[in-house]
Amino acid sequence: MTTVPTTPSARGTRRRHSNLLLIGMLALFAYFLLPLFWLCVAATKTTGDLFSTFGLWFGHTLSLFSNVRETFTHNHGEYGRWLANTFVYSVVSAGGAAFLATLGGYGFAKYRFRGNSPMFAAVLGSVMVPTTALAIPTYVLFSRVGLVNTPWAIILPSLVSPFGLYLMRIYAQDAIEDSLLEAARIDGAGEFRIFFRIVLRSLAPGIVTVLLFTLVATWNNYFLPLIMLNNPNLYPITVGLSSWSAQASGGSGSDPDLLSLVVTGSLLSVVPLIAAFLLLQRYWQSGLNAGAVKQ
Amino acid sequence: MTITTGTSPAQIQAAGRQRWTKRRRRSERQRRSERRRSTGGVSQANRGYLFVAPFLIFFLGLFLLPLLYAAYLSLFRERLVGGTTFVGLGNYARAFGDDRLIGGVLRVARFFLLQVPIMLGLALLAALAIDSGLLRLSKVFRLSIFVPYAVPSAVAALMWGYLYGPDYGPFAQLAHRIGTGVPQFLTASHMLGSLANIVTWEFTGYDMIILYAALRSIPQDLYEAAAVDGAGAWRIAWSIKIPALRPALLLCLLFSVIGSFQLFTEPNLVQRLAPNVIDSAYTPNLYAYSLAFTSQDVNYAAAVSFLLGLVIVVASYVVLFATSRRARS
Repeated sequence: MTTVPTTPSARGTRRRHSNLLLIGMLALFAYFLLPLFWLCVAATKTTGDLFSTFGLWFGHTLSLFSNVRETFTHNHGEYGRWLANTFVYSVVSAGGAAFLATLGGYGFAKYRFRGNSPMFAAVLGSVMVPTTALAIPTYVLFSRVGLVNTPWAIILPSLVSPFGLYLMRIYAQDAIEDSLLEAARIDGAGEFRIFFRIVLRSLAPGIVTVLLFTLVATWNNYFLPLIMLNNPNLYPITVGLSSWSAQASGGSGSDPDLLSLVVTGSLLSVVPLIAAFLLLQRYWQSGLNAGAVKQ
Repeated sequence: MTITTGTSPAQIQAAGRQRWTKRRRRSERQRRSERRRSTGGVSQANRGYLFVAPFLIFFLGLFLLPLLYAAYLSLFRERLVGGTTFVGLGNYARAFGDDRLIGGVLRVARFFLLQVPIMLGLALLAALAIDSGLLRLSKVFRLSIFVPYAVPSAVAALMWGYLYGPDYGPFAQLAHRIGTGVPQFLTASHMLGSLANIVTWEFTGYDMIILYAALRSIPQDLYEAAAVDGAGAWRIAWSIKIPALRPALLLCLLFSVIGSFQLFTEPNLVQRLAPNVIDSAYTPNLYAYSLAFTSQDVNYAAAVSFLLGLVIVVASYVVLFATSRRARS
């Protein structure tokens, strides 16, 4: 699209490339991508070929499509249901968390109300409290009010993102000009009208960053759904795949044919997030800038 | 697709920030004078409560309440005979004398000391290499190192479990072909390293992106000035870039403290492959989980969770304190 005047390589006056650096980075490249290559290759194999043929190259028969079909039809199509559950949990959680964080971050950044700094400090301090330390008491609380084994058990705890609030406060501080707000107020616009009409648009890269990272956090969540849910119909993909893997390798009564389905299901579950990251990279990278620069 | 490398949003942001601080100073003066004239400024400031209230309500209900509830639960003990009784700090006394818990805490501390320097070192080297301008295909490298972050931990743990496998894992297959002994990834002596490798694979890219973003925000004229003074790429990296990365490195370090001490997903899933190596107290979090759901001892589990949270907060402050002391001296 637009020309890029200052790519890193054009930065210095000399245009030199280091071969040593290239070799080192190729080694890293192999380390980070070969496991995923193995996953792609393994997803094309039958369980028999998984055991009998070399892992980093294709087997005798190409059974990718039958694997995918099997994955989606096994046990009345529970894989598709898990995928849909994961999608719903993460989209609702990420949307809600980003909305709360944006509203709050903007409030903390642009309004000097009494108690602003201590309240913000309290939220910021909580970034260090591990979420898993909260999971068990949250489980007990939720079981008292009957929320265990419902989608809300996954969604509600994911709505609070202290780090998202911190990121949005920093972002709002820089991205929103005070003079703009004052001009809008002089024109008689109400505070929420200003927020929805003017502020939201300027905060878009920050919002996408928070959205994406809470999406990933919920999509990847394993501990919380593991303790909150025991109805397989409600499982997200992580817990579902883990239950298949347990059936595939678990001693007596195990079903080794499930192995190729676990592999194929793993590959399919990874694709949407990688696609989202690649497509939205210019947003989350500039959003991360703000968080990393200002500590 | 446009990529952010060239447009350097950090520069734009930095410029915006300068402009903004000037304006802020001006507008603060304005506001103070307005406030003196009327109470309008105060009531407008109070509208801020409406913006932060929704977040704070959820924060109270889903963060502080469970935390306080954990503290409350941890003060009781449930017995088959006699029901629930108040035991004060009894559960904590039990925890401090619990060898399984202490063993788990020491194990994750060892994990932290083993894994985090390697991961941050790799992330730092990769970020510096990509930012140096001396590397071909830097964009491809940046994205490919980041890709594992998009793989859920559970999936990564399952996948590496298969890769480690002695039957059909590619490492074992290669070893068979060459004729050397099959590498034993899942034995007691190698398990911590094998788990560390999974976590490194997952999160190096994330740390690299944070460090890279911080590198992009260093003013370019610093490099030019250093180059005029005769500094080479290594010198610039050592004397300008790494000192400027301190806050970003600290952020990564804190995330790693939190992540290491609450290690759960990877050992929980690898447990199936090596049930004799990873027991139910391999990490404090596995222990809390098995206490709550296998032993049904929710009160003691709450005490363990609460203590674990405390350990993490203390470890985080130790890291903060140690790094800020070094900066002053």
